[in-house]
Amino acid sequence: MSIGLATGAYGLSFGAVSVAAGFSVWQTSVLSLFMFSGASQYAFVAIASNGISAAATATLLGARNALYGLRLSELLAVRGVRRAAAAQLVIDESTAMALGRESQGPLASRLAFWSTGLAIYVLWNAATLIGAVAAGALPDPRKYGLDAVAPAAFLALLSPRLRGPGPLGLAVAAVVVALVVTPFVPKGVAVLAAAGVAVLWLALQTRRASAA
Amino acid sequence: MSWGPLLVACGACYVLKLSGLSVPDRVLADQRVQRLTAALPVALLAALIALQTWVSDRSLVIDARTGGLAVAAVAVLLRAPFIVVVFLAALTAALLRLA
Repeated sequence: MSIGLATGAYGLSFGAVSVAAGFSVWQTSVLSLFMFSGASQYAFVAIASNGISAAATATLLGARNALYGLRLSELLAVRGVRRAAAAQLVIDESTAMALGRESQGPLASRLAFWSTGLAIYVLWNAATLIGAVAAGALPDPRKYGLDAVAPAAFLALLSPRLRGPGPLGLAVAAVVVALVVTPFVPKGVAVLAAAGVAVLWLALQTRRASAA
Repeated sequence: MSWGPLLVACGACYVLKLSGLSVPDRVLADQRVQRLTAALPVALLAALIALQTWVSDRSLVIDARTGGLAVAAVAVLLRAPFIVVVFLAALTAALLRLA
């Protein structure tokens, strides 16, 4: 229930932000129908102007779904068309619900995956459409503070991943690097520089671990 | 906005989802792959927050969005639900622009 409300709100704001960024209602809906991954979609429309960087960032953010699939594949035991359908529903929420029911047996777990995934898919797309159409009717979205919605949404997505000093340090380093390179490169490239920071940060950690 | 990158990104995101269900465990179970996949969202989301708040046309600026982000941060610390966080951010930015 609370997941449903959060999804509705998140979908509404995505639809509005996407249209405010210059995407058509159609394009906004296609993103929700086919990309169906909140963080990737937000990142894509945020970078917008640089298509290649936008696609790269959305893809890098979607990489975690592959790991979810890895955890789910044995649990779901799907093949063929059902696997193709299940794949589209592999997102944060459906994975969390399925793994949360793991102790109650594979049937309960599968039911949780399909019901959560399908419910969110329908809600997310309906909310996106409403948000997109509503924002399209506004004369100047900036006046209503819509440009402040994306950073707030990214912050809400980031905060649960910030437990402990390690991730916090990485986040600060990413912010500094992105802002420092900003005057010299297109916006999308500044985001990708942050991906480079993540790689470097992991390499340093591994070296420290092997030295200790 | 052009359709090309949009469709490519949609396809790539789907292939990633499908690969998790299909690819043999060895590749994705690799510790380095797992750690990188956990670290990427932290770095990318943090950078996106900064760029969406303090950048306009490739120059650094402080405007109403900074106030919106500050209020959003307080709301997140108080564990407010998502809709409250984004609504307060938008409201703050809109009010700052009126002032």
